[in-house]
Amino acid sequence: MRGKVLKYNKKNLNTDLIIPARHLVSSDPEHLAAHCFEDLDPDFNQKKKEFGISIIVANRNFGSGSSREQAPLAIKAAGIKCVIALSFARIFFRNAINIGLPIVEFKEIDDINTQDELEIDFEKGIIANTTTNKQFKIKKMPDFLQEIISADGLVNYARSKILKN
Amino acid sequence: MILIENNKNLKYNLFSNLNIRPLSHIFYRLKLMRYTITEKILRDHCDDKNASAGDFILANVDKCLANDITAPIAIEVFKKIVEGTDKGVFDKNRIILTPDHFTPNKDVASAEQCKILRNFAHEKKIVNYFEIGRVGIEHCLIPEQGLVLPGEVFIGADSHTCTYGALGAFSTGVGSTDLGVAMALGQCWFKIPESIKFIYSGKLNEWVSGKDLILYTIGQIGVDGATYKAMEFTGEVIENLSMANRLTMCNMAIEAGGKNGIIAPDKITEAYLENIGNLSYKKYESDNDAQYDDIIEYECEKIEPQVAFPHLPENAKPISEVDGMKIEINQCVIGSCTNGRIEDLRITAKILKNQKINSKIRCIIIPGTQNIYLMAIKEGLIEIFLDAGAVVSTPTCGPCLGGHMGVLAAGERAVSTTNRNFIGRMGHVESEVYLSNPAVAAASAIKGYITSPKYL
Ligand code: SF4
Repeated sequence: MRGKVLKYNKKNLNTDLIIPARHLVSSDPEHLAAHCFEDLDPDFNQKKKEFGISIIVANRNFGSGSSREQAPLAIKAAGIKCVIALSFARIFFRNAINIGLPIVEFKEIDDINTQDELEIDFEKGIIANTTTNKQFKIKKMPDFLQEIISADGLVNYARSKILKN
Repeated sequence: MILIENNKNLKYNLFSNLNIRPLSHIFYRLKLMRYTITEKILRDHCDDKNASAGDFILANVDKCLANDITAPIAIEVFKKIVEGTDKGVFDKNRIILTPDHFTPNKDVASAEQCKILRNFAHEKKIVNYFEIGRVGIEHCLIPEQGLVLPGEVFIGADSHTCTYGALGAFSTGVGSTDLGVAMALGQCWFKIPESIKFIYSGKLNEWVSGKDLILYTIGQIGVDGATYKAMEFTGEVIENLSMANRLTMCNMAIEAGGKNGIIAPDKITEAYLENIGNLSYKKYESDNDAQYDDIIEYECEKIEPQVAFPHLPENAKPISEVDGMKIEINQCVIGSCTNGRIEDLRITAKILKNQKINSKIRCIIIPGTQNIYLMAIKEGLIEIFLDAGAVVSTPTCGPCLGGHMGVLAAGERAVSTTNRNFIGRMGHVESEVYLSNPAVAAASAIKGYITSPKYL
């Protein structure tokens, strides 16, 4: 996949900043997307449109806080195709995979900036920053995790497996 | 996609912590590195026979469990997965359903939840559905029924599923979605956790139990001290510790953030299982040179009975310090998946015998299962409790999660043998819960303030 970056270089960016609890009254994707990152960056949706953003780059312990599944759901509903972070909070990590949001743990976040263009090859395990012309290796995700993501989440993955047999 | 290389690097760094020269990558590839019990069990349950800590695996699960709070959502997920097909559950013998939290139904809402569970169990012919009158608190019931065995991968939609590590199983709590998927596929994905080895050496002081060891440990490392890690309990004290105490310790691994607690099966495990029936299982243990994220040793002579102050299990203080504080209580709860076993009731009876509960205190005693209840009747323990002025309830989670059977009012204080003392856990947000072992709880019920049998 290919996309433009919006970087939030804040550590422990928590689930309240991803989607504030007051908006959890509905799990409608459009509603969640409209309020995604609202308290962190009120201009998120505008920037997203203006620059054509589809990748979020973040710092350490992204998604800490509550176990709400709406956090990765909001990001996905907002049209984000991948989140790259130095590390993820454990439950966020699990929830993201389970709802089909691709995430990458990546050390070299200093080499990526807002508006950089990235090309991510999940199969080969490569991130290429086409703006700075740098390439990074990432560990290939196991096949079944790739399958879960491409099936758009764990429930669909399970269903497609059941239908296949 | 995930930079697993990071994790491997971390592994090399560990060597330097231990003052051992880093192994080369080739060594790693040749698999000369050795493994923990947690790594071995998980690896044997997936296709990747080289998998080790940090790797992602799709594991086959031996058993999966849900209760009256979590099963309804898991059942909904399951139905979505199989909709329009004639597919059933992956194995009706390997799913366990226990309506134990708000039962006997405390209100209409909980009755509706239980109905979903009951109907599903009957429709799918789930063998291990336990109806009211046969059910007990899940984490007391399942080991007692021989439904978890050494070497198994066990998942439950309940965070204290980590209890069964006491039998040498890999056992952990998952979400309802994971459980719904597991009911359909018999599989669950995991990141294999790194392990922290805890060594308990020396001898236990009087009135010190597994509860005190785990409260002390959480007090030392904090409620996030083992986040995502496997907590492996070892040492001469553990080798001599009863199964009931082992279950108590593993039960609270989650309170330090642990993914699982685990104790390698030994003679005590074998004797426990032999007592249940003729069960076959595979025993695993960690290699001598297994890789640990950390190794922590505690001298047990230094450990007194512990009391965890509100509102976190990590606020553990030794009883000698607490006794002098004369913390008055309104309620004493003895029970739960942490301390609702027959051994806990025996200790309680020993202290309450020929004594009276303090006139200002409600003492609520809850046997964990029907069997435990029956044993307690036969052994005369229930009579002792009633003579002392305690309430004895049918097995239920009840007050542990502020559900029913002893909810606290604003400003009230309880000493409890349960596992969580979060804000509002047992009732009103302005109530307080102090966690302790059964001996301390019983002694406190007599005195009216938090104390130990030693000071009676
Ligand atoms: S006794 Fe308490 S901690 Fe244990 S399963 Fe029931 S509610 Fe959960």
